[in-house]
Amino acid sequence: MIHFVLLISRQGKVRLTKWYSAYPQKERTKVIREISGEVLARGPKLCNFVEWRGLKVVYRRYASLYFCMCINQDDNELEVLEIIHHYVETLDRYFGSVCELDLIFNFHKAYYILDELLLAGELQESSKKTVARLIAGQDALVETAKEEANSISNIIAQASK
Amino acid sequence: MAGSSIMETLFQRTLEDLIKGMRLQLIGESVFISKALEEIRREIKSTDLHTKSIALQKLTYLNSLHAVDMSWAAFHAVECMSSSRFAEKRIGYVAASQSFNESTPVLLLITNQLRKDLTSVNEYEASLALECLAKIGTVDLARDLTPEIFTLLSSSKVFVRKKSIGVTMRVFEKYPDAVRVCFKRLVENLESSDPQSLSATVGVFCELAAKDPRSYLPLAPEFYRILVDSRNNWVLIKVLKIFAKLAPLEPRLAKKVTEPICEHMRRTGAKSLMFECVRTVVESLSVYESAVKLAVAKIRELLLEDDPNLKYLGLHALSIVAPKHLWAVLENKEVVIKSLSDEDANIKLESLRLVMAMVSESSIVEICRVLVNYALKSDPEFCNEILGSILSTCARNFYEIVMDFEWYVSLLGEMSRTPHCQKGEEIESQLIDVGMRVRDARPELVRVARSLLIDPALLGNPFLNRILSAAAWVSGEYVEYSLNPFELAEALIQPRASLLPASIRAVYLQSIFKILIFCVNSYLSQTETLADWEPKVLDSISDLASVRAPIEGECEEAFNPRVLGQPSADNSIEDIGNVDDGDGQTSKFVSFSKNGFTRESIANLLNLVEVAIRPLSRSLEVEILERACNILGLIEVLKREMPAVFQNEKVLEKEELEVLKLIKLMNDAFSEELGPVSVSAQERVPIPDGLVLKDNLADLDEIMGDVKLPSASSFSLESPYYGHRMDPASSNVQSNEDSEASNESMSLLAEHRKRHGLYYLPSEGNGTISNDYPPANDLKSVDTNQDDTEDFVKLTAQSLVSKKKPNYAKPRPVVVKLDEGESVPVVPKKQDSRDDLLSGAVRDILLGDDAEKLSSSIKGKEKVNMDPLDSKENMHDMENSHHRKTTSRRSKQQPHRKERGRTSLEKLGKEKEEHGGKVKSKSSHRHGRQKSRQKAEGSSDVIAQTPVIPDFLL
Repeated sequence: MIHFVLLISRQGKVRLTKWYSAYPQKERTKVIREISGEVLARGPKLCNFVEWRGLKVVYRRYASLYFCMCINQDDNELEVLEIIHHYVETLDRYFGSVCELDLIFNFHKAYYILDELLLAGELQESSKKTVARLIAGQDALVETAKEEANSISNIIAQASK
Repeated sequence: MAGSSIMETLFQRTLEDLIKGMRLQLIGESVFISKALEEIRREIKSTDLHTKSIALQKLTYLNSLHAVDMSWAAFHAVECMSSSRFAEKRIGYVAASQSFNESTPVLLLITNQLRKDLTSVNEYEASLALECLAKIGTVDLARDLTPEIFTLLSSSKVFVRKKSIGVTMRVFEKYPDAVRVCFKRLVENLESSDPQSLSATVGVFCELAAKDPRSYLPLAPEFYRILVDSRNNWVLIKVLKIFAKLAPLEPRLAKKVTEPICEHMRRTGAKSLMFECVRTVVESLSVYESAVKLAVAKIRELLLEDDPNLKYLGLHALSIVAPKHLWAVLENKEVVIKSLSDEDANIKLESLRLVMAMVSESSIVEICRVLVNYALKSDPEFCNEILGSILSTCARNFYEIVMDFEWYVSLLGEMSRTPHCQKGEEIESQLIDVGMRVRDARPELVRVARSLLIDPALLGNPFLNRILSAAAWVSGEYVEYSLNPFELAEALIQPRASLLPASIRAVYLQSIFKILIFCVNSYLSQTETLADWEPKVLDSISDLASVRAPIEGECEEAFNPRVLGQPSADNSIEDIGNVDDGDGQTSKFVSFSKNGFTRESIANLLNLVEVAIRPLSRSLEVEILERACNILGLIEVLKREMPAVFQNEKVLEKEELEVLKLIKLMNDAFSEELGPVSVSAQERVPIPDGLVLKDNLADLDEIMGDVKLPSASSFSLESPYYGHRMDPASSNVQSNEDSEASNESMSLLAEHRKRHGLYYLPSEGNGTISNDYPPANDLKSVDTNQDDTEDFVKLTAQSLVSKKKPNYAKPRPVVVKLDEGESVPVVPKKQDSRDDLLSGAVRDILLGDDAEKLSSSIKGKEKVNMDPLDSKENMHDMENSHHRKTTSRRSKQQPHRKERGRTSLEKLGKEKEEHGGKVKSKSSHRHGRQKSRQKAEGSSDVIAQTPVIPDFLL
């Protein structure tokens, strides 16, 4: 199972964190520091796996972003690489040639997409099309709500409350 | 109020504003964050849910990326969760799943909200609740929401169903009794036509089976069907993982799945699936020769790939095969050894493990030699990896692999001198361990210890301190094997020893003490033998001599062979002896001067030690102070009591015998053999009557409350060299003292330099000796490294090829082992009680328990546990309860089970018609059968639980 997902930029900035195992806040900061230290220090032509605290971190670099997932020793490393790639492709499909800035400004959306992909540290949805459809459905829900909230009548109603 | 609310709503900064602001901030990140936090704290209190949710979203962002605490906003998250608008609800859920944990107080409030959303017609809302539950589910939540999950497990919306399947993992883990309710539906999903549901279900079973495989054996037919039919790699990988766990438990199953797995291995183009097949075979099916052969062929393909990932995985797979099929490693040894110089540290590490796996009795000398040379050229980290693996491999099972201990001991010495060596602790313990266990290795051990001690360069390296401490101990304990004890004593009192931490100096001092005793004792026994020849004193000491004779003989036996065997080594000793000759003493003494124990040399030694130790008697470290005083006291006594000896050794006064006795006594005490102690030794000591060990010591705390405990390091007499940390303040004081001391003993120092000039650094002229450790060897360039590897390949190839055992000149020395398992006592791994509950519940379901009864009562679990006790009257029930016990202990009643499975095979069909109407899965067939048998037996209370392995295999 996947214990956590981290997105770290080449400069060591954290772009996304998602924890599937229980890590207290302090521990999280420590883990992020350790992992980014380990992963960012590695050269380009090395393998994508790092042993860490009896677990394994599988990472993959896309442009300036490192996608890291932490798994158990006996999990399949190549499968996790596939999951990472799957996630990136889904992001790409959603944002249209995704770049780091997309993820910075749409932090929450990257989060929602990840939630559709993984649940309790397991892959939930392996079809990019389905994920896209689900996210679009949720976006539509949000949009209608937003329109409602922003309508003038709504604002007046609030103001006169 | 309303005014401020609308202002907030209209002018609230959104998450995007926050992120933009963060990127443009000029005032520094932490200031910006604290300002934003202030804003959030204000906004989050707003009565308008929209404003609140935006504030919460910003907080979630800051928490996720900037580790800002958000536990204080838990209640606000709950508020947002209960919003009717999806956008706000979603923000609330995300915040909750990110920040809630078991101890969040508001968790009690969300049960109803979750229930409402789980049953919502809007699938997205249900999915939010499921995601949240998967993350934060507690025992209470899992218990209360089990019915809802049960409903969702057969939802017609695939989207919701697959998520609810994923959630069952968490629910089962927290609340095992949920198994009784949900398990059947979960199993039904194994036959689902929807690939996502199937994938999720298999994922759940994969996790469950990893914890307790045996309970899921009855589901093997379903998994087998998936293994054969499915073409979805995600699913196949998970199923393979399940079989990797199940196969070792049931040989028939292993036999059955081997062929399909090999088929997948041959057929698939996906490396991930192929690797999973390989791993399953090498881990769990390693008895099937053909499958292993195929897997090894595939591993070879991986090893030859350029992709470092595949190479790494190939090596990793090899290291799994290695214990059972060493041939696979030997076949690929070239690749393995070449990988030792790979640029990737992980690959190097894997190949090092494999190289060590290839080590055998015949090849160890060669491999270690080459590896140690290789370590010299590696980067510090890898160097220590190499040293560490050599040490652990050689020490395995009481040095089982080491034939020649003289070689090994000198290898330990060599490793200590490796510039990057940081394995001080391991080398220390092995030096002492070998000393205690292997008598034959002691002379060499003392020689190695001497060469380590005498080298002043080593003293400055803090990583070697522990090794030096071991060397000091060895040289003191086994001084009788030393060629030249005086040299050892001088090495131990050399001025640079003040660089060592106090605990290690204490070991040094104790060793000096032992050496002194030994020297004086040897000298006295000589003079005494001499005296034996003089008839007039014979009478006075005849009683002593008769007692002493055997001891003396032993002493000389131990001492002489070394000296006689290596006459060339006597040169340095003869220097001392010659001084004696120069004095024109009687010719008789010449024969004894061979051993170096002359009046002159002893007096010299005593003076030397006294001068060096004297300043330490004012040391601030208790341990040093005490030992220094001991030594000084001894010297004092010797000088006072033996003036006669120092003036004229021919005169043997009556009082001298007192000293003789004293020295003899101490020497005997020190020469008593120290042996290894069994780990369980303590347990075998009977507890004396009247000693209550389990008494609560809490009240003692009150009494001793104000008494400050001394730091353990300064008082641990038994093993002062364990776990010490140098105290900078005290060591400064000490080194000041020592510098005084060295001023005092300038002449001594000069003499020492004259003798060991070689070991002094050239900077000695200005009086200060640099503490720097000589710089490590520079790393060689890549080409030479490559060449080295080539050499290495050749060398190891040779050493591996020569399979025949080399003829050792001498047999392997005896290694002392304690009769009764000295190894660490194996504590049976206690399973987590929750796991036990879980697997118990699963077994109940799968092995045909009375589902109705159990699902109806939540207390079912306890009830079942109680049953065996209730039904003792009945012999039959007794047997059943016995059955249960054994099954819960996972007994191996294979034949029994098999037979039952076979005989009932025919019945199955009929019963299927009778009972199997409502349920489809095979587990329910068994359930039905079990039920009918129960009826026949007429015992409704106790259910025989012998796990029945289905006979699909035969």
